Order: sequence, then structure tokens, then C-alpha cells
Amino acid sequence: MLLIHCPWCGLRAETEFRCAGPVKPPRSEFIDKSDEAWLEYLYQADNRRGILEEYWCHEKGCGEWFKLRRDTATHEIMDGDTDS
Amino acid sequence: MSRANSKRLEFGGYIDRTQSLQFKFNGRDYVGFQGDTLASALMANGVNVLSRSFKYHRPRGIQNRGYADVTSLIQIAGINESPNILASVQPLYEGLEASSVNCWPSVSFDIGSIFGAFSPILPVGFYYKTFMWPNWHAFEPLIRRAAGFGKAPRRAPAGQFLSRFDHCDILVIGAGPAGLMAALTAAKSGARTMIVDEMTQPGGSLLYSKSELEGRFAIDWIARTVDELKSMDHVTCLWNSTAWGYQEGNMVCVSERAPIPEELISRNWKIWAKQVILATGAIERPIVFENNDVPGVMLCSAVMEAVQTYGVAPGTRAVLFTNNSSAYEILPYLRAADIELAAIVDTRSDVELDTVIGKDNSSVEVLLGASIQLVIRAGKRVKGVVVHAQDSSGKEKKGKIECDLVCVSGGWNPSVHLFSQSRGTLRYDDNIASFVPDQAVQATHCAGAITGEMSVAGCLKSAVNTGSKALSRIGIQAAPISIPEVSNGDHTDYQVDPFWSSTAGYKRVKAFVDFAGDVTVFDLKLAIQEGFDEIEHLKRYTTTGMGLDQGKTANVNAIGIIAFHLDCHPSEVGTTTFRPPYTPVEFGSIAGSQTGDVVLPYRHTPMTDWHRAHGAVMYEAGARWRRPGYYQMEGESMNEAINRECYAVRNHVGIYDGSPLGKFIIRGEDTEKLLNLIYTNSFSGLKPGQGKYGLMLNEEGLVFDDGVTFRIDDDQYLLSCSTGGAPAVERKLDKFINVECPELNVIITPVTSQWANATVCGPLARQMLQSTESDIDWSREVLPFMHVVEGIIAGMPVRVFRVSFTGELSYEINTPSRYGLKLWRYLIEVGQNWDICPVGSEANHVLRVEKGFLSLAHEVDGIVDPIDLGHGWMVSRNKNDFIGKRSMEIRRQSQPIRQELIGLLPKDSNQLISEGAPIAPEDKQALSEGFVSACVWSGVLERTIALGLLTDGRSRIGETVLAWDQGEPLSLEVTRPIFYDAEGIRLRM
Repeated sequence: MLLIHCPWCGLRAETEFRCAGPVKPPRSEFIDKSDEAWLEYLYQADNRRGILEEYWCHEKGCGEWFKLRRDTATHEIMDGDTDS
Repeated sequence: MSRANSKRLEFGGYIDRTQSLQFKFNGRDYVGFQGDTLASALMANGVNVLSRSFKYHRPRGIQNRGYADVTSLIQIAGINESPNILASVQPLYEGLEASSVNCWPSVSFDIGSIFGAFSPILPVGFYYKTFMWPNWHAFEPLIRRAAGFGKAPRRAPAGQFLSRFDHCDILVIGAGPAGLMAALTAAKSGARTMIVDEMTQPGGSLLYSKSELEGRFAIDWIARTVDELKSMDHVTCLWNSTAWGYQEGNMVCVSERAPIPEELISRNWKIWAKQVILATGAIERPIVFENNDVPGVMLCSAVMEAVQTYGVAPGTRAVLFTNNSSAYEILPYLRAADIELAAIVDTRSDVELDTVIGKDNSSVEVLLGASIQLVIRAGKRVKGVVVHAQDSSGKEKKGKIECDLVCVSGGWNPSVHLFSQSRGTLRYDDNIASFVPDQAVQATHCAGAITGEMSVAGCLKSAVNTGSKALSRIGIQAAPISIPEVSNGDHTDYQVDPFWSSTAGYKRVKAFVDFAGDVTVFDLKLAIQEGFDEIEHLKRYTTTGMGLDQGKTANVNAIGIIAFHLDCHPSEVGTTTFRPPYTPVEFGSIAGSQTGDVVLPYRHTPMTDWHRAHGAVMYEAGARWRRPGYYQMEGESMNEAINRECYAVRNHVGIYDGSPLGKFIIRGEDTEKLLNLIYTNSFSGLKPGQGKYGLMLNEEGLVFDDGVTFRIDDDQYLLSCSTGGAPAVERKLDKFINVECPELNVIITPVTSQWANATVCGPLARQMLQSTESDIDWSREVLPFMHVVEGIIAGMPVRVFRVSFTGELSYEINTPSRYGLKLWRYLIEVGQNWDICPVGSEANHVLRVEKGFLSLAHEVDGIVDPIDLGHGWMVSRNKNDFIGKRSMEIRRQSQPIRQELIGLLPKDSNQLISEGAPIAPEDKQALSEGFVSACVWSGVLERTIALGLLTDGRSRIGETVLAWDQGEPLSLEVTRPIFYDAEGIRLRM
């Protein structure tokens, strides 16, 4: 189980968090694009092996949202996001 | 009892002979001593057979020690009954009751052993090959009874399981010489240290060793070291605790068992360690020869432990069979136990006998370059062995030696399980003919025998070095520590010559590789012949190392045998990945106290006690809320209760507990913008006091939730949503404002359980409320439909919303939860004059179906959009954007004809149809064209009515369709989805 650094609470157990998927550009950038581009934005996930930037929420803690970079192959967490 | 402790030596052992313990095994009474395991006590009592084997039901006794003795499986009875306990690790206690597993009718006469007689029908892959046709389920009960291990207990254990977290600087796994020394190094340097060991006594192999440390018995050094560790506050010692899982994040799961399972059975620790030191040691490897599972064939280490730790002589006349020098350590133990040594059979040809045997054993017959090929058995015990050897001229000789004990050592396998679980890689080491840790992936270090270091002195030294290295990684300087001097019987000259199996090839005689899964050499050969020549496939096809064994004893032998048959080096065969758990762990231990209601507790409204006291049958209303389903009066059926409640709402006044409804306060200058984004309709220009019904879509353009949002005052809005949908709505909104539209200046606060809600509804609701003690003007002019007002009722602060889910004049009265019960009681009391009737969710359902109001999970099933539901008028054409708009438009372009919400009237007006019944034409091959989403008996209409979704439904009103209920076709007339007060006059009164 991972220990995740919440910008507000510090290192806490993974079970307190919710992973909300990879970081995507804001929807406003795609809402006016072609149908194909919009559906691609909505449904296609990179599912990368390697370093991925993700949204996490300290759901069973302070509720803070933040980004973190995680290696999907090794589970290593590169850094927390401090400014969110 | 003349046979009691017949095999117990007169002296010796670390047992307390003053404390005898009574216990039962397979219904018979025995006596053991404090300090015994169940296995040692049975051995002392001359009990030969502990269990029957998995597949062939062969009798099995003690073969190995500790958790590696995978054949000593027993079942413990009592209030904490548990199957699959190893007798070799179960501490004996007064009154223990145990029985063999896998035997029927008894351990000494087992029907299943006919499987052994007909064993050609049970080759590898037998289940896959034989039971494919016609259907596995037909064979399953028979096979489950014949195979399998213990019986699942019928009742939950009386004792408790717990689970906890911990953190430390250094976690040492294993408390043998290396583990203790590494822990001491870490602890003395000031690091927060934890040390765990799977046995009840720390010490590992030193416990039965004759080595001396600093000139004293090993056991004294253990005691002193453990005392020193325990005296330090920053050290935690866990014994009888198995590290069974090494996960990512350098977290190790440890199951700590109570030696006597009483109130607490076990406790699972999840330990995050900055650095982990694996001092898991090595497990002695069996040698594969024919009948190598007959009771009386034991590993040398198991014999040594029996003699030294438990004072038991496991036999009277022994043959020693080895391929390495460590086995010769057994000689003084055999002497001490008065066991005659008939012969030493060593597979190696060049052994310096003087060094390994010593002068005083020179009379023993030693056969070099020889091997045991077959064990001869008498009944259920070894009677002798057949040995193949070469005489001095190189001529093959075959001879028989009588004995009742075969001491075996095939070398030592480092316990690399946890290292492999941590995703570290393994390497085959030719020096020890086994696998050792290679590259660590996490903060993992190895010390002692796991690295292939087999001498005690070497282990101690390696522990200090590894400890210092681990400490330096976390910036701690290792304190100086002296390494104890080791004398007497340390196998510094460990030499092993790999010997994978003897190949006499007797027909119908089995040579076992995996004792727990009954996998033989023949099985491995057959699997290779059938093309399974890749280790991962071989493992799964033959089940080698897959069961209880988990590779403790079987894997390296299997790999060696496979390499031999494929004519390659064991390193080319490689290993499979070890996975948790290392030893069986109870589900209870993993769950800890998180079971039943504790995992997902129920939520109760403040009025719950009143409901229960008044005959409420409680339902789950979604999101774990409990709500009254209906209030049953004496002598009344469920349907009568529902009809009575509906009648009250339609004709005078009802009251229901709406507290679980999802509620959120939204504040901030962009609130209106947010509402316009999350709802399909426009929320612009809502004035304080006003409210609006809204449909919420997901980004895929499908209805996600619905509810009413009120503007309470200038800067706060109250958004309500369905009870069951509240957690999902909260997550969605939270992510939306934090991630997708972080520029919105809004704050959302969930307030669902802050407010209790008593909803008064019915044509007389206003009259009734006007007679309450209140400052609220209840008139239509001041408080019209879809408006909110704040005020006081009987001294209680309230917010009153004019919303209606029943189709009648309705006031949702919210009050802070602490007043909920008081307000409810007050309204019931005032309502007596109007015959007020408490109403449950069943009646609510009937009333909303009559009105055609939507219900989540009925009509809103996750694949409908607002237009499907006839709510196209709620989809704003003026807004550029709202969540789901884009996707809904795209979907409708390619799919103009969809299933639409309609009403259904059964042709038989008394006919009720199951929810979910498909609507399809009579032709059974035809596709379904919808389903019935709800069907109720309507009191006001005096008939049954239904709602459903039907392809192109709105243009088919008046048609007759068929709903198929349990295979029965039922005729229904398609109507508009509203059956009562279509103009909506009553709710606007």
C-alpha cells in the first residue's frame, strides 16, 4: 500500500485517498472541437506504462485535491503537488 | 496410559515437564508438556500419521519443521474452530482438540486411499482432462468432498480479529541469528526497530543448534539478545507473527497470532518501514526418491529440532541421506536420542569423512556416491530403504537397509519469498544450488542464510554489515557492536552437490516433489511431454508449489528436475513469481474489526426510534440510509398498510421522514454559473426564496440525478438530490469545481445529515400547519409552490420548502437534526385532528408512479437522456454549454429513435407485473423493445398502473404491447406517463 503525501495532511495511507484519474486538459479546451476530438477527449485514456500525472483527492481526510506523478509500473511516487 | 510420551527422552528439550497438558487428537486423549507444539506432542506419543495427502490420501506424518511442514495439516475444534492449521506451529495448550483433515472415515482407514491404488487415473491435469464434459458442476460436489483440505467452520469464530498500522525505521523479518543481530544493530543505533518472527520462540535455527556463542549455549545468547531488544522502548518484537505479504510502498503485512486463540485470535499489522531487512533464513530441501513421503522420512533439521527442542526421539534406527555437509551435524543429536545410525548415504563421491564425521563416529557405515532409491514401508511407517551404490571397482550395487527413520537433507533453499514479492529479482547460485536474492527494487536488504550464507558466524557478520548499510540509507550512523564468537558445530564448510531425484523408475511407486499438492516426478515428466515446458505453465498445470507449500520445499527441486529433463541449467528454467500470502492467513485477520455493519455503517434519521415504535418496517433507502418502508398496524397486511397510507395523502394528510434526501449548500459568486453548468435547464435569475427542479447529466449526456435547488438568500443556494445519489453527486461536483472548472468561485458543503426533514402532504396540509404554533404565513400567496421560507414552529427553527413528490399540496419542513424527533412528535400531535398518517417509502413510490415522477434506478437507469424521459422541455436551448450537452447532441444525431418513458395500463386491471419485465413482441426471436420500470396498485384509480421505457414510445400511445413476466406474456396499453392530476393543480394549491 502506498503512502501518499497530502499537501495539507502530510503522508497518509493510500486507503484514505481516491484516485480521480489522469490529469487531462480542461474540458473548455475541447467542448468546441470536432465530434471526434470531443469523444476522444472523453473516452480515450492513455493508460501509460511509466510516469503518469494523476488527480488524487484526500477523500477520507481533509478533502484536498492535488496532482501527483506516479510510475504506473513501479508505483513510485515522484512528487506531490503543493500549490493546488 | 502406557503409551503416553513413549518417544519422549528422559532428559532434554526446552519443554516444561512440570506442566503437563491434556489434549485430544482424532478423539483420543493424550498428554504433552508446556512448550510442545501439537506436532511434537503427537510425536512424543508415538502418533505416526497426522493427515492424509491431498490427492492420493496417503498417510503423512511430521516431515519438516515450522511452516515448511506442509503435510502436518490439522483442524482445530472449539469456539474458534479453524481448518488448515499446521500442527508443527500450533503451540499445545490445555484442552486443545484437533483432528486430521482430508480423511474419511478415519486417518488410519481412509476410503480415499483407493485413489492411490488406482493412481494411473489421477495424473497431472486430471481435473482439466476428465471433468470437462458435460459440465464441471456435475462432478464438483464429489471432487470437493474427496479433495480439499479442512472443513470450513459452520459458525463464525467467537474470538476477534484486529488489524492495525505501524511505521518504523527498520523492519527485520526473521529472528534467527542474522535477524536478531541486525535488529540489535539497528536498535542500538537508535533507529525505531521492529522485528518479527513466525515462531512462538525467537532464535530460528539457533534454537536447536549445538553452536555456542561467546562460549555459551546458543539459547542463552538468544535470551540475552531478546532481553536487550525488549528493554529498549523504540523496539517492538512480534513473535508468532508471520510476515506474509511484501507490498509496494515498502509495506509489509504481518499476521500476529495469539498462541491460544481466545478473545483475540489474530491481529494483522500493516507496517511501513523505511528500510526492510529480510533475515528469513533458509528451509531445508527434501530429496526426491520413491516413497519419500512415508511417515518416518524426515528432514535432518526436523529430527534435530525434535531431539533438542522437544526431547523427542523420532525413531530408533536411522539412515542418513544427504548431498551436503550440513547433514552431518545431526550425528550428536542421534547419539543423544539413542538412535542407532545404520548408515550414511551420501550422493557425493569425494567427501572428507574425517572432517565431517569426526573420529568418534568412524565405525558408521558410509556409502559415498550412493543414493536411496526407494523406501520400503510396513503399514504406515518406514521399514527400510533400498540403496544404490558403487563398490570400489565401480560396479553398481543395490542393497536393503532396515530402519524406521530416514534423515534427509538435500541442501538449503534460501527463503526468498518476500524478496520476490517485493519485486526483487532472483539469481541461481551454483555454490548452494539454489536461488538467492539478486536486485532489490524497494528499500530491501538481505542478511544471513537468505543470501546463501550458511554458517552462523557468517550470518552474524552479514547482519551487522547489512544493518549498518540500511541505517546509513536513512541517515543513521550505526553504533559500534561486537560480533559474538561462534564455536562448536558451525557448518562453515557447507558444500552441496545438487541431486534432484533418484531415477530407479519403479512402476506405480511415487516420488513426491510437492507433498502438499501431491505432485510427483512422473507428473512433471508427463507435463513436459505434453508440451508444458515453460515454468509458469508447468506450475499451473501440475500445481507444483501452488498450494500450502508456496514454494517452501517444492520449487527448487521441481526446477532442478525440469532442468534435468530439458537438459538445461536451472537458471535457464528460472522461477515463478512468489505472491502473498507466504502462509495461509485468515480472511478475518485481513478484515480485522471491519466486518458486517462496521464496514459500511447504516445511517439513521433522528426520527428512527419513533418509526420503530410505531410499526415501521425499515428499508434501506440508498446511501446506507434506513427509512420506513411502511407502518404496519395490527392485523394489517403490507398492501393494506400501503393503501391506507396512500389514501391518507390523497384525501387528508400524510407525513413522511424525508431526512435522507441529499442536500448541499452552495455559496460563492459563481454559484449561478455552476448551476447552469450542472443542470440541463436554466437557473439564471432565480430570486431568493425561489426554487427550481433540475436534471443533472453526466458528461456522457445521460441523466445522472435530479432534484430541486432553492436560492435561500442572496448568497446561498440549497441543492437537493436523490438519497442514493448523494455520495456520487458530491464526488462529481467536488471534482468538477476542483479539477474541471477550478476557475469557478464556489464552495460546496454537504449538509445532508445536518437537517432532518418532516414532509407534510395532502389536501389538508395547509389547514393543519396553520394550527401549529408558528410565525409562518402558510397561504398560497406568501408561500406558493417552489418557494422556501424560514421561520419557527413551536420554538424550533425551520426551513419550509414547497416541493411535492406525491402530487399533493406538500411542505417539506427542515429543521436542524437535533430538533428532528421533537418536530416530528409535535407535527404528529397537531395532526391528530386531521387524522395525520405517517407514510413510508412504499406509499411514496405508489404516489409518484401515479404522477409519473422519475425515480433513480427505476426509470433513470443510467442509459436515458432527458428527452427519453419526456423532459426535453428542460433542456435549455439558450445555454452554450452544460455538462452532457455535447455528448447528448452527438448521440441523438446517430440515434434519433430511442426508448422513451411511457405509462402502461395492464389489460387485466388487477394484474401486477414485476419491475424489470421486458417488453417484446410475441415472436420469441424478436428483440426486446423496452421494459416495465415500475408497477403498483393505485388506490385512487382502483387498478394497477405501470411506467416503462419503450422504443419510440411516445408515438405509440394507444397501442397494445406485451410484457413478459416469468415467461408469461401480459397485455398492456401504452399511455402517457401520468395517471393522476395531469394538470398539476393539486400540488400547486
